[in-house]
Amino acid sequence: MAEKKENQMPSGKMPGRRMRGMKPTVKNPGQIIKRLMGYVFKRYGFWYFIVIILIFVGVLANVQGTMFMKNLIDEYITPFLLTDNPDFTPLAHAIGRVALFYAIGVASVYAYNRIMVNITQGTQRELRNELFEHMQKLPVKYFDTHAHGDIMSIYTNDIDTLRQMISQSIPQIINSGVTIISVFVSMLILNIPLTVVTLIMVGVMLFCTKQATGQSGKYFIEQQTNIGALNGHIEEMMNGQKVVKVFCHEEESKKEFKELNDRLFVSADKANTFANFLGPINAQLGNVSYVVCAIVGGVLALNGIGGFTLGGLASFLTFNKSFSMPINQISQQLNAVIMAMAGADRIFKLLDEEIEADNGYVTLVNVTEENGKLLESDKRTGRWAWKHVHQADKSVDYVEVKGDVVFDGVDFGYNDDKIVLHDVKLFAEPGQKIAFVGSTGAGKTTITNLINRFYDIQDGKIRYDGINVNKIKKADLRRSLGIVLQDTHLFTGTVKENIRFGKLNATDDEIVAAAKLANADGFIRRLPDGYDTLLTGDGANLSQGQRQLLAIARAAVADPPVLILDEATSSIDTRTERIVQDGMDKLMNGRTTFVIAHRLSTVRNSDCIMVLEQGRIIERGTHDQLIEEKGKYYQLYTGNSISA
Amino acid sequence: MFRTLRTLLKEVKEYKRASIATPVYMILEVAMEMVIPFLMASIIDDGVNAGNMAHIYKVGGIMIAAAFLGLVAGLLGGRYGAKASAGFAKNLREAMFNNIQTYSFANIDKFSTAGLVTRLTTDVTNIQMAYQMTLRMFMRAPASLLCAMAIAFTINARLASIYLIAVLILGVLLFFIIRHATQYFMMAFPKYDALNASVQENVSAIRVVKAYVREEHETGKFKKASQNIYDIFVKAEKNVIVNAPLMQTTVYTCILLISWLGAKMIVSSELTTGQMMSLLAYCMNILMSLMMLSMVFVMISMSTASVKRIAEVLNETSTLTNPACPVTEVADGSVEFRNVDFAYHRDSTEPVLKDINIKVNSGETIGIIGGTGSAKTSFVNLISRLYDVTEGEVLVGGRNVKEYDMEALRNQVSVVLQNNVLFSGSILENLRWGDKNATDEECMEVCRLACADEFIKKFPEGYHTHIEQGGSNVSGGQKQRLCIARALLKKPQVLILDDSTSAVDTATDAKIRKAFREEIPNTTKFIIAQRISSVQDADRIIVMEEGRVNGFGTHEELLESNEIYREVYESQTQGGGDFDEKAGE
Repeated sequence: MAEKKENQMPSGKMPGRRMRGMKPTVKNPGQIIKRLMGYVFKRYGFWYFIVIILIFVGVLANVQGTMFMKNLIDEYITPFLLTDNPDFTPLAHAIGRVALFYAIGVASVYAYNRIMVNITQGTQRELRNELFEHMQKLPVKYFDTHAHGDIMSIYTNDIDTLRQMISQSIPQIINSGVTIISVFVSMLILNIPLTVVTLIMVGVMLFCTKQATGQSGKYFIEQQTNIGALNGHIEEMMNGQKVVKVFCHEEESKKEFKELNDRLFVSADKANTFANFLGPINAQLGNVSYVVCAIVGGVLALNGIGGFTLGGLASFLTFNKSFSMPINQISQQLNAVIMAMAGADRIFKLLDEEIEADNGYVTLVNVTEENGKLLESDKRTGRWAWKHVHQADKSVDYVEVKGDVVFDGVDFGYNDDKIVLHDVKLFAEPGQKIAFVGSTGAGKTTITNLINRFYDIQDGKIRYDGINVNKIKKADLRRSLGIVLQDTHLFTGTVKENIRFGKLNATDDEIVAAAKLANADGFIRRLPDGYDTLLTGDGANLSQGQRQLLAIARAAVADPPVLILDEATSSIDTRTERIVQDGMDKLMNGRTTFVIAHRLSTVRNSDCIMVLEQGRIIERGTHDQLIEEKGKYYQLYTGNSISA
Repeated sequence: MFRTLRTLLKEVKEYKRASIATPVYMILEVAMEMVIPFLMASIIDDGVNAGNMAHIYKVGGIMIAAAFLGLVAGLLGGRYGAKASAGFAKNLREAMFNNIQTYSFANIDKFSTAGLVTRLTTDVTNIQMAYQMTLRMFMRAPASLLCAMAIAFTINARLASIYLIAVLILGVLLFFIIRHATQYFMMAFPKYDALNASVQENVSAIRVVKAYVREEHETGKFKKASQNIYDIFVKAEKNVIVNAPLMQTTVYTCILLISWLGAKMIVSSELTTGQMMSLLAYCMNILMSLMMLSMVFVMISMSTASVKRIAEVLNETSTLTNPACPVTEVADGSVEFRNVDFAYHRDSTEPVLKDINIKVNSGETIGIIGGTGSAKTSFVNLISRLYDVTEGEVLVGGRNVKEYDMEALRNQVSVVLQNNVLFSGSILENLRWGDKNATDEECMEVCRLACADEFIKKFPEGYHTHIEQGGSNVSGGQKQRLCIARALLKKPQVLILDDSTSAVDTATDAKIRKAFREEIPNTTKFIIAQRISSVQDADRIIVMEEGRVNGFGTHEELLESNEIYREVYESQTQGGGDFDEKAGE
């Protein structure tokens, strides 16, 4: 029952699903990373390769500089102290060389950062575009079964974590990896015992970090749960704030809020405390490591054990500082990578989602009639025909679009195991106005969703002008049907653009004419900028009734052969509705209209009224016939209903 | 800006001590960090070079102690920083929520629901992060910068002046880069929001897009927006990426200059090898602190928007005030409008209600009918003083509504709002919003009046059935009946139904009205409806048209004399019921 489902999923709401800090699990990270990297490499492979080389250059430039420290002291300063008249020229040359390497290093750092900007933003742009393009092709069912908030968060959170991974995590991991290796090798060259000391201290540091991360992670999850509960409460209360006022319920509401708020504080406090511990642990234990090395190194240098010199100590101490940092960075980045994997997984899931199948080959064309024969025309002629290219012999048939719709024994369910429409038979002759009435959830909207093939039926046949709708190309099928839906959706843009949505090349005059027909012209002119008034947030600045009038104008400008009105006038007062109805009747003169309404005045003049109950058509006929029958319709109509 | 910040900082309250302790501990940590390279020089010069082993151990011991003291200070700083910021956030949320509870309808209208939710959630989180960052880094970074600089100067003023120059140059450059980049980012964020809004729009309107076969059109629009974002972000980031190489250049230049000049000074005995090594160690400290400082500034400038938005909520004062000596008893259910004009905004030229003069006796049933936008809701909202009139006066029980205690008035004038809301909780809990102390029997009684008991009884858990947030697990008609029952539980003198039975079928609607007539005859009832059948048996009917009373009289009188009423009646004649809400109950 689509009608009901939609009520439960207010479109503007975005239920927060994912909790940050929650440990995401990915089934096959290897495959995802391969696919993701393939994605990046396909477009930017060459550049990414350059980036990796540049990272190498940058790191090596830095390491050579640190190594120079040893030479500075051992080969220049110490000998200088022993001579009376030192010659500074070799030192100047040495510094010049180092400076040159430094310059190369800086240049490559800049270069790879600059390239990364393009890679990152480019990948992001392409992923976004691909996602959107793919999403537009997905069947309506996808949107029924996925919370809108979840879809949104793919565009926001997931792409963002992916951006971080591509732009920061991966280069940093490479950078850190190269640094660790080169620093480690340099340290080994300088002094092995000191290297062992450094490794032990790094081990201690990693252990402490892990403990703190574990604790903070635990409380972060708790914090997220509490945030969820508090946000839920806030949303509920803000939505019902007027009711709170009317019932003087402020004090109770405050009390409840305070309870949840305090709970959040406790977990936020703990989570942040442990997270804050990471900084001092790394920095100060790093200092301890530095000091221990200084002492041990001092002793070694003093005694000249293993040829260890003062210059060696100076270099080693600098390496000691730059060794623990990249290790911590890698462990931090790994977390980010895991998060990004989960995001990538969801992105790829959407991209792998099967698009709306369309095996139709019958297309909609404009025609003119000459000597009783239909001729295809590329101009808008006001007459339409189905162009039927027979698959067997490639012969072409034109069938005029009349709006003859037949349902023959149609069964339908949103899932195979739950059929909501049973054996529906109906026939709408061209030009007729067919109305569906029945209670919420009886299946009215569902029937119209089958005509335009938002969903495919389980059994039976739907024919449109004698053609099985499965043979008609979906785009053409839908183009032939103008639909005004139960929930009016408008787009950000001007009023004019919103009406033009129905026919992209409509002239301003056509738009005004359509608005007049829908009786929307009056209120549009009273808007601050008339037809150029900007609508935002699904037309939040208009009343529900005004939005419906715009939706009708949008359908009117499309000027389709068949019109489906699904509660199109439910929020318009009855007087205005009557005016709109007159216009609509003019528009639909000679064309088939399907109307769903709960207001009797809307359906009374229909050619045929179908009464639905629990997915079955239980009565059909004109208003007078049904009144005569004294069945369900009669009960509903006269209000003398015996309780259902 | 400073005043808005003060508004927020008032909410630090009991976390003042933690807020002060944090920077103190951070400075202590910095001091310990700074001591270490300084002592390093001593190890080298007086230990290694002087061949004094004992000195190495002694100074080494002090250094380790300093490192551990630094660790403890750092941990405590982290602990208090978390407490202060989480506590500040808690207090901010509570202060906002409590202030929102004092808002009048006019205040609520000013903020959108989504806007209030964002302020209470995202904005507070931003502030919490910025506050913690400020407490921990804002003192730490300058302190570390100053300490390192001071020590460097005591070691060797001439070489240290290299750092001073470097800091100044780098500082100025960072300032310009960041300012430039922030400008781009500020420009980019709204575009980014717009892009997301367009996705959101397309997700919720997918049926419209598909029905009009506009997939490609929308994709084209999206791609354009996506390209715009690409361009602007590339521009912004181009600035930011200069940071790292710039920083490196400065560090490298300093190192090389100090190596060169240091070597010369050592030779001329103006400097020791150990001192030079200390100086080099401070290099990173000084420049990293500068970097950190710039980050803090970025973060603070990014959170100013949140500060402003939260201050708006905190500074908003209710537009309605209780009188000095409020009347707490409402004598009867009579209602009178005397020359009432009403506009939602004081300065709007076109009032929503104009020249309303109406007198309703206690116990009367009044129907109100009129087209969309004819100000029916605005009219009834004045009775329970949800808004104040712009001109004229509204009297309930013979007194101006402004003389009553607001809570007393609203308990006596019960409104069932058009956009009514149920809250998560059991049916009984929801009903007791009307009267906290109502017995189960009283609750069932009002449900019977509102024809709600028939469906409640069919629920497996009856009156204990859990209602989901927003009442999403009951149908529209059921929700409306529960809301009516909830309002009845107040036993009001005046009951206002604002289109509250629109989703209830005609027969049930009639039953509810019958119950009202027979069981609560002394309560004055205002019934706003679209359906003629809902109002035609009222004692009198008000016909509203564009903010004015177009007609006021009985059904027969209006049919005779009022054109609008006659038109509406004709468009709905016979039954005029609707088909919803029959089956499935």
